[in-house]
Amino acid sequence: MKAKIYVTLKRGVLDPQGKAIRTSLSHLGIDGVDDVRVGKFMEVTLKEIGVEEARRRLDEACRRLLANTVIEEYRIEIG
Amino acid sequence: MKEKPVTPELAREHGLSPAEYETVLGILGRTPSLTELGIFSVMWSEHCSYKSSRIHLKKFPTKGPRVLQGPGENAGIVDIGDGLAVVFKMESHNHPSFIEPYQGAATGVGGILRDVFTMGARPIASLNSLRFGRPDHPRTRYLVSGVVSGIAGYGNCIGVPTVGGEVSFDECYDGNILVNAFTLGVVRHERIWLGTAAGVGNPVIYVGSKTGRDGIHGATMASGEFDEKSEEKRPTVQVGDPFTEKLLLEACLELMRTDAIVGIQDMGAAGLTSSSFEMASRGGTGFLMDLDRVPQREEGMTPYELMLSESQERMLIVAKKGREDEVREIFEKWDLDVSVIGEVTADGVGRVRWRGKTVAEIPIASLTDKAPLYDRPAERPEGQDALQTLDTAGLPAPSDLGETWVRLMGGPELSDRKWVYRQYDHMIRTNTLVLPGSDAAVLRVKETRKGIALSVDCNSRYCYLDPFVGGMIAVCEGARNVACSGAEPIGLSDCLNFGNPEKPEVMWQFRSAIEGMAKACEALGVPVVSGNVSFYNETMGKGIHPTPAVAMVGLLEDVSKRRVQWFSSDGDLILLAGADRLGIHLGGSLYLKEVHGKIAGTPPPVDLAHEKRLLEFLREAASADLVASAHDLAEGGFACALAEACISGPGSAMGARVLNPFPAATRPDFAMFSECQGAVLLSCAPAKRDAFLDLARRFRITMRELGVVGGEHVDIEGLARVETAELRKAWSEGFAAALGLEG
Amino acid sequence: MKTAVLVFPGSNCDHDAYHALKHVVGVDAEFVWHKSSSLGGFDAVVIPGGFTYGDYLRSGAMAKLSPVMGAVRRFAEGGGPVIGICNGFQILLEAGLLPGAMIVNDSLRFVCDYVHLRAGTDRTPFTRGIPVGTVLKIPVAHYQGNYYADEGTLSSLEERGQVVFRYCDSAGNVTRESNPNGSARNIAGICNEGGNVLGMMPHPERCSEIALGSGDGRRLFDAMIAWLAARTA
Repeated sequence: MKAKIYVTLKRGVLDPQGKAIRTSLSHLGIDGVDDVRVGKFMEVTLKEIGVEEARRRLDEACRRLLANTVIEEYRIEIG
Repeated sequence: MKEKPVTPELAREHGLSPAEYETVLGILGRTPSLTELGIFSVMWSEHCSYKSSRIHLKKFPTKGPRVLQGPGENAGIVDIGDGLAVVFKMESHNHPSFIEPYQGAATGVGGILRDVFTMGARPIASLNSLRFGRPDHPRTRYLVSGVVSGIAGYGNCIGVPTVGGEVSFDECYDGNILVNAFTLGVVRHERIWLGTAAGVGNPVIYVGSKTGRDGIHGATMASGEFDEKSEEKRPTVQVGDPFTEKLLLEACLELMRTDAIVGIQDMGAAGLTSSSFEMASRGGTGFLMDLDRVPQREEGMTPYELMLSESQERMLIVAKKGREDEVREIFEKWDLDVSVIGEVTADGVGRVRWRGKTVAEIPIASLTDKAPLYDRPAERPEGQDALQTLDTAGLPAPSDLGETWVRLMGGPELSDRKWVYRQYDHMIRTNTLVLPGSDAAVLRVKETRKGIALSVDCNSRYCYLDPFVGGMIAVCEGARNVACSGAEPIGLSDCLNFGNPEKPEVMWQFRSAIEGMAKACEALGVPVVSGNVSFYNETMGKGIHPTPAVAMVGLLEDVSKRRVQWFSSDGDLILLAGADRLGIHLGGSLYLKEVHGKIAGTPPPVDLAHEKRLLEFLREAASADLVASAHDLAEGGFACALAEACISGPGSAMGARVLNPFPAATRPDFAMFSECQGAVLLSCAPAKRDAFLDLARRFRITMRELGVVGGEHVDIEGLARVETAELRKAWSEGFAAALGLEG
Repeated sequence: MKTAVLVFPGSNCDHDAYHALKHVVGVDAEFVWHKSSSLGGFDAVVIPGGFTYGDYLRSGAMAKLSPVMGAVRRFAEGGGPVIGICNGFQILLEAGLLPGAMIVNDSLRFVCDYVHLRAGTDRTPFTRGIPVGTVLKIPVAHYQGNYYADEGTLSSLEERGQVVFRYCDSAGNVTRESNPNGSARNIAGICNEGGNVLGMMPHPERCSEIALGSGDGRRLFDAMIAWLAARTA
């Protein structure tokens, strides 16, 4: 089974990359972009352990390694 | 899956000429398998076989009392005494960097690092020589940012300082940038390892990263011209993993402290193919390899792909029989793949097996001995005479010389490169005693008193106008730069970047440049111990200026005698060594290009006997503590050299007040910016003056006293006077401004 | 007196720290592989700079899981002096031994340059005897040195005297221009509440000899030795 994990900077934490990308977009003439936040996307392949169990393990993985909860938040999508 | 049948047409698509394919058929006595065709095509590509250049490369002096290993191995080795040696090489990664600047430059650094540590040396410093198109070309900013961060990304992570280099711009590189990377390592003599496969029955071991479908045909890509479709070649660019290379470096050096191995070579261009065949060729042996045992990252890889993959961070080792476990233990400790994939055989044949079948069986001696070798026609280009014609009298004189001076100092060629080298970790390993920004970087060699001075140079305008003289100048400038820092030049590596060698004009440039370089090397006693040729630097039929970049290595017996290019004390005297070398030489000058928009004329003349004496004089002046700073006159002539000596130091800028060294009747703009070869701007404490002048007389160097360090201006009497602060500001902000980069 | 220099896969300032300690300052030093779970017999711990695990995922994120970090935690809890330099600082943050986190430099570029630091406290073993307000010239070399913590944490760090170094100009003024990476309140180094664990982005081991451009880094190691000597006396 597959899961998707999105790790992004928390609101309020400055994102220098996002800021630079936003500026570049406006240089390109792509208007109307208010904000860009850069994050990480991870695709995880798991054994068939059931959605609940998968969520539990991935949540632990995020807390202990995949995200730094001082600055980042995460979202897990399964299936 | 059925293999594609091999036909003459397919051979041509692989870059083999009909005659070369005939030779293949003759060697094998049959039609090659697809895998064999792939092997021949990469081994006989320009990049691996040097088929168009070998005949000329032989003209370089490659021997000398210090040379322990000349060209032909992964890198050259030069003795520095105390049982130590330096291992170094420069290599190009031009085409990959143009297609994908970050990864292209990064893997260029990775490759040259492996060439050095595969010989047992710990890399201690890297340099690079970069050439881009016009600063205002739409792609230049992107390429500069990408290449610089790629070099930084790889070098910083692996922890080898990037201590210097050069960055230059010209329209001729718009479609063909040059990325040449140099690395130097230090090794104890008894720890030197070569890439040889000896000892029948010894295991052939694969270590490092797994093999994927990266960069298949990278070596042939480096040997073909660009066209509009080059962007589509993107998938063949390899991705670097400096973290894995760091592990590989540590694991290899740990392994080399044992005596468990016989030979080792990195899998660079043409990967498993070139490493296995070259090692067996040097050892006069054969090998049997089983591709099923190669660690693989992707599924369903064919033998053709496995043999040609250019996945990075891999090495091939021949170990002593029975010592396999020691090798395994070390690489497993560093979390790297390790697999015995074959053994050394006696019959001189390279045999490759896959899924129980023999997929390639090639007599190794024939692959190397019968490799194509061309003496390609060379002809002086028709337009060369016109190019060398320059009417200096017709050049309009600038109305404000001070303003022109500031503009040149803040222009793309001369401005401060701090924007670049601030992104490189240039201090790690705590050996860099002269940081980037001087004529040469100087590193100490820990546990000795010695120092190594490094510089990389090439003025490609000079080479374009006269490749022979330009080639001489590239060598002389490098030697002068390390001598200015107090060192003796002991060897060089080069990267010869040229256009399409099948064009007689390009071949003439190549041959002439090599002959000029060789002549200078002979005269100065500096051997060429390693290097690389990069042909086909052409896009849509338009070639680059001939660009033979020279990386010069100098040795200081006592590193405390090192010198820098900038003035350090108010009141110091300013002198010019080689004052008789001054003259009105505007051909190929920066002034002519930047202010008058021309590249024409002939480069300044070179006097090799003078150069030789000058090198010895500079070294002696440093070692006798007579000279405080030394900076050679190069691009931008006398005025720009003076300005650099005033403003390029890490402390606050220094002023200077000097005489005009030219005869009074000389046109003022020519006096300021005319270029020459063999003159050096020096400073010394007043108390040292008499001894210093005596020393110059002893070496028959013409010295002229010009003035004194101090004040708030750089002032050339009767010519121009500008505030140091103004020059410094233009110079420090110029690079980012020229490229439209954020400072 | 013996110092441990930790070695993780990808550490690359380990030799520099070892050289500065052993050959410049003259204190016994030993490399400790990250799989070791004990720091028995050591009096101080240096977590050197580098790119542990290639800085993949986040700087220091994977190194914090190495067995030796458990030993570091126990060593720190026992009051032993620990200094994390550059990547070592990032590891200490990831491991939660120091508060806050690192994000990429505001320039989005790696920066290697000499900077000036203003000493903010002499309560750590590494700054003992260095008066508050002293300006030190020490180089930085990093891509992720932009220190972040929420306002509450920042204020508490300041109130409790845990800000050890701030970026400043050569005269000691803490200015925006002198900040090489955009770090919050110009923070270059902080310590834990006990003061025995110091994390800093600049590299004292790179400037412990005048020939390298500055000898100021040596003052931190000399302070550490004096502190250890005073403790055993």
